Amino acid sequence: MLPPDKIYLLNIKSDVMTDERLKQVSTLRRAMIRPELGAICGTILVFVFFFMIAGDSGMFSPEGIQNWGVVSAQFAIIAVGACLLMIAGEFDLSVGSMIGFAGVVIAILSVHMGWPVWLSIIAAFVVCVALGALNGFLVIKTGLPSFIVTLAFLYILRGLTIWLSVMTTRQTIIGGVKEAAIGDPLAFLFGGVIFKDLFQWFADMGWIDAFTRGSRIGQPVVEGVPMLVVWALALVIFGHWLLTKTRFGNWIFASGGDAQAARYVGVPVNRVKILMFMFTAFCATVFATCQVMEFGSAAADRGLLKEFEAIICVVIGGALLTGGYGSVIGAALGALIFGVVQQGLFFAGAESSLFRVFLGTILILAVIMNTYIRRMITGER
Amino acid sequence: MTTPLIEMNNIEKHFGPVIALGGVSFDVREGECHCLLGDNGAGKSTFIKTMSGVHKPSKGTMKVSGTEIAFDSPRDAMEAGIATVYQDLAMIPLMSVTRNFWMGREPRKSFGPFKWIDFKQANTVTLDEMARMGINLREPEQAVGTLSGGERQTVAIARAVYFGAKVLILDEPTSALGVRQTSNVLATIDRVRKTGIGVIFITHNVRHAMAVGDRFTVLNRGQTHGTANRGEISPEELQDLMAGGQELAELEGSLGGTI
Repeated sequence: MLPPDKIYLLNIKSDVMTDERLKQVSTLRRAMIRPELGAICGTILVFVFFFMIAGDSGMFSPEGIQNWGVVSAQFAIIAVGACLLMIAGEFDLSVGSMIGFAGVVIAILSVHMGWPVWLSIIAAFVVCVALGALNGFLVIKTGLPSFIVTLAFLYILRGLTIWLSVMTTRQTIIGGVKEAAIGDPLAFLFGGVIFKDLFQWFADMGWIDAFTRGSRIGQPVVEGVPMLVVWALALVIFGHWLLTKTRFGNWIFASGGDAQAARYVGVPVNRVKILMFMFTAFCATVFATCQVMEFGSAAADRGLLKEFEAIICVVIGGALLTGGYGSVIGAALGALIFGVVQQGLFFAGAESSLFRVFLGTILILAVIMNTYIRRMITGER
Repeated sequence: MTTPLIEMNNIEKHFGPVIALGGVSFDVREGECHCLLGDNGAGKSTFIKTMSGVHKPSKGTMKVSGTEIAFDSPRDAMEAGIATVYQDLAMIPLMSVTRNFWMGREPRKSFGPFKWIDFKQANTVTLDEMARMGINLREPEQAVGTLSGGERQTVAIARAVYFGAKVLILDEPTSALGVRQTSNVLATIDRVRKTGIGVIFITHNVRHAMAVGDRFTVLNRGQTHGTANRGEISPEELQDLMAGGQELAELEGSLGGTI
């Protein structure tokens, strides 16, 4: 039994404006209701679906996993940038063109001009991040919607890419990067694989398939983890940490949620937005560099429609198109769904044109679900 | 009599040919609630924006605790201890209470080059400060959008008080609220005042002003009609000063009550 005065105090405490109309929320429900929920459900659904229709096609063998893993990782790399930018309240439609541009810059500098590959890569990063900053600067200074400004850059950069490529090499595909990159101190970060020894050991132990004849006999079919996947994981982890744990992340949410309210409490909204444009450009350049190192060539038409694919991943992942709300983990799951569906239909032997039908359907379903979840969390009506 | 926390002398503000403020004087002292009343278009918004550093006055002087000062930005005003709670721009509804509370001044922990928000401390302080204002949050991570209008105002007020505001400017905090929420916000104003903070309460509702105000200043068409102490003026007189009297009096007659 508590002494009477203690009871009195307890009563006072419970008297403070608690709203009796608010239902108690169970821990389970609280753990469930999160921005990524739609994407998590979508991921489970997609995996179950393909386990059922393509489970025995090799889709879930190491090679199969590498196949859709790499495609998903590509989507994830650009989705992380698009996600943070969208949460900050802006779009970048020039991502696809930026990918083509960055690739051609690397190829021209390294193959045509004879620069070392590492210098060409650094130059591409500098140029593209600067272009991202220009995008952001124009959006901030003109007050125009980023949709329009970056749409202009979608055309400008694509045109420049083709022009540069044709003017310097008389063709739109520039090969020979792989040869130039041999022994390069930076190129290995974007092409090739890591954990080679580990995978060799797996093959020796008979856990994964190895070649049984030919010149590579005894070597594992899956050599290791592609650097592309490493980049994707690193960017997702970095993006998630930045967004949810840091002060800058709070400013990203604030800039997209209500720029004016954020300015009133001293958040440097313009700086946040321009930095996010630069980060998106950085992600596009990572994508381009990995692609160039993998193919050994650059082509002026690379990256077509990537800006929309990135936005689809982000929206499937639960982000709000108008900014202020979203999740990097969700966007990464969106990229996973994208990759698994695209490659899964191939494994399942389905008509590949159905990919877009399937994707459109998932997009609608995920967004409907996300809208409901978001209303539950944020109290929108 | 103590030096006013903030003193505005003959403030004028011109926007091109328009004279938005034509010589307004206003002050607020420690622990008082000074109500600034005025109808729409009277110049209330322009005046508080001048006080909070958004606009620079065209003429006139501002003093904070007796020293003359000029603000270049809202940030300057905030650093001088003048916090403004805007009616609709106070909070970002999609973000959690904690994230809103600390926005722009997040407490951080660090390890080497890595710095991150100390959410444990942030949540504890948010819960405590809200409880002091009389609101028990279910959880500090809940989105501000799930709070009622009155609670949102209270989060903004609690935030300003916690970060050391000496003067709190409230821009029509009650105009969009229901009866019960209004009384909660008025009770919060009273609490804040008792801690020694000077409150400037902007409203066009005479009854809300009479409920908490210590002094009343009426702004009409960019000019003040003097300042009255509590008890020296009746609600009807205030109403008349705000709207220029005559027409409203006739309307009251035909409707049979105070508007």
